[in-house]
Amino acid sequence: MAIETTPLGIVLIILVMGLVTLLTRLGGALLMAYVPLNRRVESFISAMASSVLIAIVVPMAFAGDLGARAALLATLVVMLITGRALPAIAAGLAAAAMVRQLF
Amino acid sequence: MSVDAENSPYQLESRQVTREFVRILPIALFVAIFGVAFGLAAVQTGLGPWQATLMSATVFAGAAQFAGLGLWGAEVALIPLMAITLAINSRHILMGAALYPMLRRLPPGRRYGLLVWLTDANWARSYQQYQGGRENLEAILGGGLALWLAWVAGTLAGVHLGGRLGNPQAWGLDMVLGCFLLAMALGGVRSRRILLAWAVAGTAAVLAWRWLPPHTHVIVGALAGGLVGLFWLEKSPHGH
Repeated sequence: MAIETTPLGIVLIILVMGLVTLLTRLGGALLMAYVPLNRRVESFISAMASSVLIAIVVPMAFAGDLGARAALLATLVVMLITGRALPAIAAGLAAAAMVRQLF
Repeated sequence: MSVDAENSPYQLESRQVTREFVRILPIALFVAIFGVAFGLAAVQTGLGPWQATLMSATVFAGAAQFAGLGLWGAEVALIPLMAITLAINSRHILMGAALYPMLRRLPPGRRYGLLVWLTDANWARSYQQYQGGRENLEAILGGGLALWLAWVAGTLAGVHLGGRLGNPQAWGLDMVLGCFLLAMALGGVRSRRILLAWAVAGTAAVLAWRWLPPHTHVIVGALAGGLVGLFWLEKSPHGH
């Protein structure tokens, strides 16, 4: 099944994407209404929660160019030293920009 | 476990919503820049200006929107469109579940109304605060509104201004979200248990990225990290 990219079709495509995305936004809370919250479930969720971020970022380093890797490395180092997010992000962007100007 | 704190209704404070709106503005600026990039790409793909803007306003999920453009042609296949949108955005399910201990103390209307604004940056802020013992669902609302406005305004600008921005990659701007998410993860709890979960999550994500269908790596990695938590329990339950 396919939708033609006519003006009406495009609106339909956008609605489909919007609806699926909305379901993912509401889905976690909808599902959890049926899962009893005990220590084990909370422990699963807390380990999973920050793992989401790691699972986004690590493949980014593998897929990205040298600049992307420099950016993540710089953010990591500054974050471990200072513990402050904005300087760490700024260092990451600066590192990517520098590496890309040089190579 | 203190019964009062676990079951008392969550009161959303409007002043805190405003504070969180302002607090996320630096990140929203970068989101706007990528909105510009999306608007540009959308128009080049063949969407009209208002169609691109409508997509940003209703979908409000950058990676899925770019992937959607990747499927564009004379027609768009429905099942791949739904599957890719679901795969890329399935992380929202986990994020919503992670906030559930706070969300369940809101009446359903507010709970789901708030989740409409859920996205990576405001979730990362709210969850980091939760780990630090502060309940901050206002970050989802205020932060989400700022990010949504930035994303839609950026798209509008991209659609109309075209290629005057130059090349955002040369300035490292494509890395802002990655660096932000990494900083948020590192700013949270770093126990041995969590570090092991991250090692498992990172390894699983890279393996999935390499060998499984596209866009499945985030959910695979996150669930793998969660398994560590399933078997290695937190020392004390989450109390505040």
